[in-house]
Amino acid sequence: MDRIPILQMGEYLLVTIQVDMHDRLALTLQDDLTNRIVETGARGLLIDISSLSMVDSFIGRMLSNISSMARVLDAETVVVGMQPAVAITLVELGLYLPAVRTALNVEKGMAYLQERLMEKSPMESDSADTEE
Amino acid sequence: MTPLILKSETVPIRSDEDVSRLRQTVRQYAIALQFSIVEQTKIVTAASELGRNVIVHGGGEGTAYLETFSQGIRNGLRIRFEDNGPGIADINQALRDGFTTGGGLGLGLGGAKRLVNDFEIESIPGKGTRVTIARWK
Repeated sequence: MDRIPILQMGEYLLVTIQVDMHDRLALTLQDDLTNRIVETGARGLLIDISSLSMVDSFIGRMLSNISSMARVLDAETVVVGMQPAVAITLVELGLYLPAVRTALNVEKGMAYLQERLMEKSPMESDSADTEE
Repeated sequence: MTPLILKSETVPIRSDEDVSRLRQTVRQYAIALQFSIVEQTKIVTAASELGRNVIVHGGGEGTAYLETFSQGIRNGLRIRFEDNGPGIADINQALRDGFTTGGGLGLGLGGAKRLVNDFEIESIPGKGTRVTIARWK
């Protein structure tokens, strides 16, 4: 079965979805990403959907699931590059995806992830000093 | 005025790969009718939802009938989805956002309806379901 490649860049995982995914491929991606986050200890996940000319409720749910699963595993997710027609259609479909963080492009997406990681780190060193 | 059918095609739906293929076929038809990108995306997305419904709820297999037609000054794309699955007992309930019997988001049927100009659904429990959608240009 074909798989969507997942690239690792330090603490981040990058996925670019360039094919029209049939449902099983989408589920495989969900599993693969979850496994890779655990294997690598990745803290950030960037999903590039700039090549997707359609996102339906199944793919929308996949993105939402991935975001939630990553969060449970202490990783932040950002979805980048959503095409305007896709955004318009998703809203009309009734899919608001509140749990999915988005950014305009890969650059902004990475900047967001780096920001989130930096926000998290100070808290972790503070809690070691707290005596309550 | 009776519509003039310009082109038609029958697409079997038996797997999620068939649904993927259906999406691409619908996209090509929509492009040929010179639908805008947004119009194309809407009908492809609607077709994807209904195609999936055939697999998940329609007994696992069915057929999509595509037709491009011309009626007066407007052209359109019509897609009819037919299956011989368990059917829908309460159509109004099925159309409601959030209602799902398949563990999904429950947006497929109602969502598809919102994305198209014409939407018709007939279903007989125990016999099957037919959903017809159309978008005009």
